[in-house]
This record gives sequence, C-alpha cells and structure tokens, in this order.
Amino acid sequence: MPKRDFLSSDVKPAGESWVWVTSMGLGVGLTMIVFLLGMILWNGLEVFWPKPVVQLELRPGSTAGLNNAPVFGGEIVKSQVKAVQALAADGSPLPPQREYQLFVGNKDVYGFGYKFIDEAEIAARSRPADVIVAERLEYGNAIFRPRELRLADGSVLPASAPAFDDVLAGLVRQGNERRAAIRRIERDQIGGINRQLEKIRLERRAIEGRGGEMSPADQRRLADFETTVKELQAGYEQLAARARELRQLQSVNRIVYATMDGAERTLPTGDLIDYYRPNQLTILSKAAIFAHRFWKFLSDEPREANTEGGIFPAIFGTFVMTLLMSVAVTPFGVLAAIYLREYAKQGPFVRAVRIAVNNLAGVPSIVFGVFGLGFFVYVVGGTIDQLFYSLSLPTPTFGTGGVLWASLTLALMTVPVVIVATEESLSAVSRGTREGSLACGASKWQTIQRIVLPASLPGILTGLILAMARGAGEVAPLMLVGVVKLAPTLPLDSIYPFFHLERKFMHLGFHIYDLGFQSPDSEAAKPMVFATTFLLILLVVCLNLGAILIRNHLRKKYKTSTF
Amino acid sequence: MSTATLPSTSRPTMTQTTTASAGAPALNPAYIQIKDFSFYYGAAKVLHGLSLDIPEQQVTAFIGPSGCGKSTLLRNLNRMNDLVDGIRHEGDILVNGHSIYDPLIEVIALRKRIGMVFQKSNPFPKSIYENVVYSLRVAGRNGKAELDEVVERSLKGAALWDEVKDRLHESAFGLSGGQMQRLCIARAIANRPEILLMDEPCSALDPIATAKVEELIHELKKEFTIVIVTHNMQQAARVSDRTAFFYLGKLIEYDVTTNIFQNPANAQTEAYVSGRFG
Repeated sequence: MPKRDFLSSDVKPAGESWVWVTSMGLGVGLTMIVFLLGMILWNGLEVFWPKPVVQLELRPGSTAGLNNAPVFGGEIVKSQVKAVQALAADGSPLPPQREYQLFVGNKDVYGFGYKFIDEAEIAARSRPADVIVAERLEYGNAIFRPRELRLADGSVLPASAPAFDDVLAGLVRQGNERRAAIRRIERDQIGGINRQLEKIRLERRAIEGRGGEMSPADQRRLADFETTVKELQAGYEQLAARARELRQLQSVNRIVYATMDGAERTLPTGDLIDYYRPNQLTILSKAAIFAHRFWKFLSDEPREANTEGGIFPAIFGTFVMTLLMSVAVTPFGVLAAIYLREYAKQGPFVRAVRIAVNNLAGVPSIVFGVFGLGFFVYVVGGTIDQLFYSLSLPTPTFGTGGVLWASLTLALMTVPVVIVATEESLSAVSRGTREGSLACGASKWQTIQRIVLPASLPGILTGLILAMARGAGEVAPLMLVGVVKLAPTLPLDSIYPFFHLERKFMHLGFHIYDLGFQSPDSEAAKPMVFATTFLLILLVVCLNLGAILIRNHLRKKYKTSTF
Repeated sequence: MSTATLPSTSRPTMTQTTTASAGAPALNPAYIQIKDFSFYYGAAKVLHGLSLDIPEQQVTAFIGPSGCGKSTLLRNLNRMNDLVDGIRHEGDILVNGHSIYDPLIEVIALRKRIGMVFQKSNPFPKSIYENVVYSLRVAGRNGKAELDEVVERSLKGAALWDEVKDRLHESAFGLSGGQMQRLCIARAIANRPEILLMDEPCSALDPIATAKVEELIHELKKEFTIVIVTHNMQQAARVSDRTAFFYLGKLIEYDVTTNIFQNPANAQTEAYVSGRFG
C-alpha cells in the first residue's frame, strides 16, 4: 500500500463550489446596478452635449426630404438597421437597410421635430460651418443658416459681415434681460398688487358678512378700500403698459434665416434664448455649452408643456417635500420605537403591534395616497379651512392637496421603516451599558435619553436614510395629495410667511411620469425623461450622502467598544 | 408619596481617611445584613435562605463555582435584578439597619449610595470626563468647579489620573481594557457612595492591569465598604478581609479570609479553595 503524503489529501473541503454561486449572485446584482446607473447617466447627460448638424443631399428624384427639397439636415440622434426588410420586385429580400433618425428642429415649419431617413436616399453629406442651432421660446430648437439681421433702425446686417456674431449675441443677451424684466413686472410687481387686492376683497367680505347696521368705522374702512383699490388698479395699468412696451421692443429686431431645406423665415431676436454654431465647436467649447445647458436645465423653469426648459421647480419641490417628511417622520418613529422597545411590556400584544408595524411597510403606497386625500386633505385640511380660512371659501386653502399633506402622507408611509430601524439600534445598545447607567443612579428615562439614544443615533439615521430613499422616489400617492404637472409658485419664497405649506408643488418622480406618458411630443420628451431620471437619482444620492455623512460623524463620536 | 432615604453615616472624607482609618472605633460590623434571603428567577430558586453580615470598610469576597448564585446576591444588594422579569425574593437585606426593599425607598436613591463595577467594563459612549461625572449629571449637579474637582478626585482615587489627565475630553473608548475598568471604578466612586460592589472586576484584564486594580481595592477599602465577586482564588486571598463561599445557591462557609484559605471548617470549602473541584 503506497504511503500517502499527509498534506496531499484527496479529500476536498465540502461546499467549496458554493463560494462561486454566492459570488455569482453578488456579481449579477452588481452588474445590473452598474448597468442601470450607467444607462441613465449616459442617456441623461448625452442630451446636453452639442451634436454636429449634418446637411444631407438626397438622391435626385427622391421624395424623402422635407417639402420635396433636395437637401435637408439636422442632428443625427439614432442610426439603426431597418426592422422590416424591403423586398425586391420578385419578392426576394433585399440586403438590410440602414436608416437614421434626425432631429430636424424647426417644428413651426414642419410640424414635427424628428424624422427618419433611409441611407439609400442619401447622396452626399456635409457639415456646413455657418449652421446655427438656436433655442427659442416656442416650438423647440431651430436649426438654420442665417441670412441677415434686420435691425430696428432699418439697417440690414448680412450674415457675412464680420460684426454679425457680435451684434446677434448682443441682441440675444438684451432680449434675455428684457424678458427677465417683463417677468419681474408680471410676476413680482403685478403679483404683489393681486395679493393686496385679494386681501382687500377678503376684508371687505368680512365686514359685509357681519350683517346689520354698518358702524361708521366700517363705512370709513370700506371707503378707504375703494380708494386703495383705485390706486392699485392705476398701478396695475401702469405696470401692464410697461410690460406691453417691453414686449413690443422684443420684436423690433429680426433675424432672417433659411432652414436647411432652403425655406426663408424671419424671427424676432427677442424670441431667441441662446444659440451656438455646432459645426465650429472645439471640444472645449462643446464642454462649455454642455455645462451651460446642464446648468440651465437645473436652474430654469419648464416651458412648452414641460418638454423644454429646466426642471428647477421639480427639484426644489422634491427636496422640500423630502425634508418636511424627514422632519415629520423622525420624532414620530423614534418615540414610537422607544415606547415599543423600552417601556412596553413585551408580550403577545406588543408582538402583534410589531408585526402590524412591519406589515404597514408593505402596504401599497397608493393606499396611503388615498388615506392622505381622505384624512389629511378633506378632514384635517377642510377643518382648518373652516376655522381659519373661511373667508376665502369655497376656494380651498388647506382643503386641497399641498406640500404639507404630501409630506405627512409620505411620513406615514415611511414611519415603519424608522420604527424598525430604531428598535434594532435600541436593542443593540448592550445591557451592560444600560446597567452601568442605572448603577450610577440614573432613572430609566435618563438612561434612554443620555446613553441609549445617542448610542443608537447612527442606526436611527440609517432608518431615516431608507425612509428618505423610499419617500423621495414615490409618485403614486403624491398624485392624490398635492403634486401637479406645473406649479406656478414654489413652496418656499420671499413672500411672507415664506413657507407656503398649502401650495401644490412639482416633483421629479411625477415629472418623469408626466413627460413620459402625457407629453404631446414623445420624441422631444424622451431625452428629458432620461435627464430628469438622472437628476432624481442624483438628488436621492445627495440627500442620502448628507445623512450618511452625519451618521459617520456620529459613529465616530459614539463608536461603541468592540472589547 | 414621600421617599425615605437611607440614613447617612458620618464618614471621613478622602483627605481624612489616612488618619481616621487607623483607629476608627465606630465601624459597623454588620453594615449590610442579609437575613434569610431567598431569590427566585421565575420558578427556579437560585438563592436558598442566605444569612450573612458584611462589615463596614472591609473587603468581603464572594467565591464559588459558576452558577452558585454569588453574582445574583451581589446584584440584589443594589437591586439591579429588578430589571429582570419574573423575579421574586424572600427574606430581607438591610443596609445600615434599613431594608432596601422598603417600599418607601427610591431605588434610584439606593443606587446612588451603592456604586457598582461590572465584570465587563462598560464605559459610556462619551468622553472620559463625562463618564466620570455621569452620576452627578443625572443627579442634576452641573456646576463646573464641582465637576472638575470630582473628576480629579475620582480619577486619582482610581489611579488613572496621571494616565488620562491630558485627554479628559477624548472618547473613553480610546483607553486600554485595564484603563477602561479603572475608569468604571472612578465613575462608580464619583458620587461618593458608601458601598462599592464589584462583579468579577478583573476577569477580562491582563495580570498587570489586575494587579493595579487589586492595589486600588486596597486603597478604596479605607473609604468604602467593598463586596467583590471573584473566580480567582488568589485574588480573593490577596484583597479580601472576609470571604464567603457559596455552592448551589447556599452559603457554605463565611469567615475571615485567612481561615477560609488556610483552615476551612467545611470539607467542600477546602476542596474548592485547594482547586480540587469547581
């Protein structure tokens, strides 16, 4: 019998192959997450990168172009092999055909913004240097070759003139400034007058509503109201006239241009927001345009049924709602968990409560939305209106969806997460530490307040992070309790009392839904969907990162002994 | 409901201790009286009618094999077992003549008079300074001058002052195992209790740290009545004045330490202290 070496055993440790299975499980999960983030990142950011504009010369006799013109052009956004194979005259299949999707812009001319074209129709391609892509107030971007500027003084500046670019840039800047001025007049100043008029209307209603003989003081006040209203009306007229005047100035200078297919158009320079020459850009200037467009997307308000412009109100609304939700959910959940873990006598009843709380986390969110509408909006909000805002009824103040009710609804939805996490971290504080505190003569509450709670703060914050992540991404319940497609005002502004908890608000999650499913131009909305999704993820990551930083700070402060 | 507190004994302060302890005449030989004390966890009877008197300002050691009930008895002296569900006791424990189970006694007040050091050091997740002054803070004493004085006195009393005086406001978790245990002793004596309970205070410490804590016990006995539970026979022999040997919830023998170790009256005691069982 051969003597076996003691080290070279032929017995393999059992279960080694499971290591591979477990690592594969993690690998698949990681791949999916990386792929998801990568896809959204790419599609969301690619929107802002300026693409070159190609001019396509079509095959003679082709009718694939626009308005039967032999040339047309745009930004190539997609290139694909045609799904349906064309057949030759004898019925045999032809070799696969490539087709391109072009963003042709000029929706005012064509009635659409995107067009497919077969490669077979294209005779030649070029990138003319003088093409301009211009962002306009209406009808999306325009893609054109400039001809001349017709200025207010009657002079004409041809596009070939060396000063053309400077003058055009100056006019666009001037137009933007004037538009901001009009906005200030219409929203801030005229809005202020409207608020005063509304206040007077309510006060007048209050006086008239008292009934009976009017006291002389009341009569005097009514008369005062008359004069104030007259003054306000006069002020309004003045402001409106000024706005009209500015608006007229917006269209005194005009740019004359030709679309890629040769049709000539004119446009007031006041309608231009921004422009660039896509075929003359270096990589650096492209990067600058990318940053500028991304910033505008972050900071601007939406235009044209949300398919153009920025999404600032949605970012802000999501942010405010999530913060309000956190403020509401944390004390509520922590207190409930403290009672459940520290004070309640552990028994069948507490076990049942715990199971119920855990199950609450699994209730579909729309159920909470319906509850929020029925309870917060109609019952609580309706009562508040009856008690404090009865003068403005039947127009509801709190008796309709708003950021407060949305936050409370989400707080209710996420409170189980906070309770469970808090309970876990409370029970993780060792018995020895608690006994040490009690042995020092501390009461149970002092022990909880001074020792147990600080030590479990990191765990509580973990629960809050999970709650925020769930709350910020929720859409369905919000549609019932206060999210709207377009909110004219933010829930937080410079007008007293600054926090307008009753206001409706915009939300990134709902914005994505609205763009994707309710947009009149689905092609134009598609890039916005990705960009908005990217921002929603970015916002949730930022909020969580903030909470994680706080948690790490606390962990360092209260790190527990490992010994 | 008014709460009664234990009558305070007139005790020498730390500065006077050295002179006073030499010929202190009025020390109570039965400072803690345990009278026919039985204790139950649910249906299980873990202590069987124990009776012993613990003298003032001496070190009394409880020894015995694991599960003999010595820790349970110790934890009853400051009613730490109250936290456990389903407990019951018979008999009585008197401290300085007053029952600790008197319904008029506030358990918090009791624990302020009876400090405790645990088997596993349990510093709070706070700074060294805040750990020491914790018992004063929960009593509502926040005067900075007083707290500073207490920190220095307690840490010096626990022979830790020189090692930590420059980092009082750093986390207590930066200390070594032995330092942490001495910090817990400093915390236990900060509010100047009369009795110090120690539940295997050195079981998790290395020999050097153990020696330091034992030295400390010798010092502390000048001021406190100390009851120590230990598994370490040599330690009991080194630090204690009197030793009680428990077995299966019964008090087998209680005598002056030298008698227990050199001349035990009971065969079981002899077998245990000589290492033949346990």
